[in-house]
Amino acid sequence: MTDYKFSNQIKRLSIILVIIGAIGIAFGFYYAPSNIEEAKEIVAKMSHEGHGGDHSDGHGGDHGDGHGGDHGDGHEGGYGEDSHGASGHEYDHDKHVFHQLQNKPWAAIYVPALFFMMISLGVLAFYAIQRASQAGWSIVLYRLMEGITSYLLPGSIFVIIILVFSAFKFNHLFLWMDPEVVAHDEIIRNKVGYLNIPFFFARAVIYITGWVLYRNISRRLSLEQDTNNDINIHKKLFKFSAGFLVFFLVSESMMSWDWIMSIDPHWFSTLFGWYVFAGMFVSGITTLALITIYLKSQNYLSFINDSHIHDMAKFMFGVSVFWAYLWFSQFMLIWYSNIPEEVTYFITRIEDYNLLFFGMVVLNLIFPLIVLMNSDFKKTNFIVILTGIVIIIGHYLDVYNMIMPSAVGDMWSFGPAEIGGFLFFLGIFIYVVFKEISKAPILVKGDPYIEESKTFQYYNLD
Amino acid sequence: MSAKRLHVMFDDDDILLDAVKEIVKNKMYIHEVYTPFPVHGLDKAMKLKPTNISIATFIYGCIGFTVAVLMMYYIMILDWPQDIGGKPSFTLIENIPSFVPIIFEMTVFFAAHLMVITFYMRSKLWPFKKAENPEPSTTDDKFLIDMESGSNLSRTKTMLKKMGAISIKEVKEKSEK
Repeated sequence: MTDYKFSNQIKRLSIILVIIGAIGIAFGFYYAPSNIEEAKEIVAKMSHEGHGGDHSDGHGGDHGDGHGGDHGDGHEGGYGEDSHGASGHEYDHDKHVFHQLQNKPWAAIYVPALFFMMISLGVLAFYAIQRASQAGWSIVLYRLMEGITSYLLPGSIFVIIILVFSAFKFNHLFLWMDPEVVAHDEIIRNKVGYLNIPFFFARAVIYITGWVLYRNISRRLSLEQDTNNDINIHKKLFKFSAGFLVFFLVSESMMSWDWIMSIDPHWFSTLFGWYVFAGMFVSGITTLALITIYLKSQNYLSFINDSHIHDMAKFMFGVSVFWAYLWFSQFMLIWYSNIPEEVTYFITRIEDYNLLFFGMVVLNLIFPLIVLMNSDFKKTNFIVILTGIVIIIGHYLDVYNMIMPSAVGDMWSFGPAEIGGFLFFLGIFIYVVFKEISKAPILVKGDPYIEESKTFQYYNLD
Repeated sequence: MSAKRLHVMFDDDDILLDAVKEIVKNKMYIHEVYTPFPVHGLDKAMKLKPTNISIATFIYGCIGFTVAVLMMYYIMILDWPQDIGGKPSFTLIENIPSFVPIIFEMTVFFAAHLMVITFYMRSKLWPFKKAENPEPSTTDDKFLIDMESGSNLSRTKTMLKKMGAISIKEVKEKSEK
């Protein structure tokens, strides 16, 4: 067993990703319209190309056939438009589209910024659960988890920076941040006690401080445990982790209202926090599995055996199903009750994002469900990687589906800004995570369960 | 000395597992092992064939899924369409979200119940059946291996004693039934 050395290969890869990503983002901002005339031109150009054409076709078709029988549809479509323009009567259509196109590059970087931050946060929650439950199997993975959670601070700073830009009116991601909109919108006006800029950022600072504090304390204690076998460190870690989990469940839920749900200030879903949690949890565990398999292939993790991989794949399978359960619960209740404020959320997604919205469910539920059901497949590295990549893409699209419809309406695409944004944050994520993994011994010492973890054997595997 | 049928008792699952491995290594035949609780790895040690019950369960689940879809299609679409909560049932695909919980439950119901019934049938268990285990204490805290001694009885006995057996009983084949 050798300690991980930050390889030039990884360094080069991450720098290339960041540069390509930055170029893509720059393109996205460059092509964003700076006035209404430019926006009109872009829309006109889009409708000539396949993409725009598809859109209007899809629209007509959907209205005509698919949902024709659905009595509520026409009404809610109109409502959706209203709520999007916020003070609908004042913004005419062109201005609305202009704002959406202006939002587009911002949303394109906000989605991956949030996505990678949440991967890190999901792993932090997973780590705290392992510590609090004093799990035996996962001790050998602690250093990798600590590596991934090191992205939490930079990741949340990126998110905060984008939020600050939003608060200073560089974009219209958050309609409720615009006093003019609030003045004309009674529903938002009633929420001003919670949705106002100072309180919003105060909350954000509290969440991030809490998470990063736990992350750094547990990391410090974990490193301290390497040098001595003091059982008190183990006990302290247990206590901090249990306390953190309480804080996390509340703060994560509120984070999801603040940073994601408030993009649709009219819409609400009571299980949204859980839904976002399930998504971040499964993408976090998947990332952990991918990094583990990568480092094992580089011969750094001789102490990781099939059973560890099998266990992570079980988590990937289980949490994918859990995510789908919440996705469906949220969808079905809103679909069935058909309340205008709520159902408009899904109507925009089904009409303008049909393939993405349902395709994401195929990637996030059907694919892992079918592939990872077999016990032998769960220990096969190739299949875990394949499913892992599908899950990562699927959950990126999930976040995309949470942000984009409200930010850009039907003006979405996967252009340079979207792809560049993903690669940019992927590059930073890879750099930060592998750098952190290289800073400490790759196997923890002094944990009372370390031997159990090293010899961990799932009885049903040969 | 001819081969005898032995009932060998143990009082620890780890010792039992090692003993079973040793017996299998010495090519002696094991009729059955009685334990008060499932011992992980025992099936592998006894070289039993892997169970197919998971595949059977998957098939049962698929059957349940199909039955539920057809059932809801017949009840809610074909036979007696109703407008519930402003959701008229005209086609299956339009109303599928409201049927998903039922389809899910039926899938689980079929998979679980048919799996248990299959398990009972495969293990030849039914209500009021007389227990097969030779020693009642194997339902409490003892473990028993029902085995053939092989040709060298005394050597086998010494080996088993060394492995940690707490008692070895020779039984007649006839007294089994």
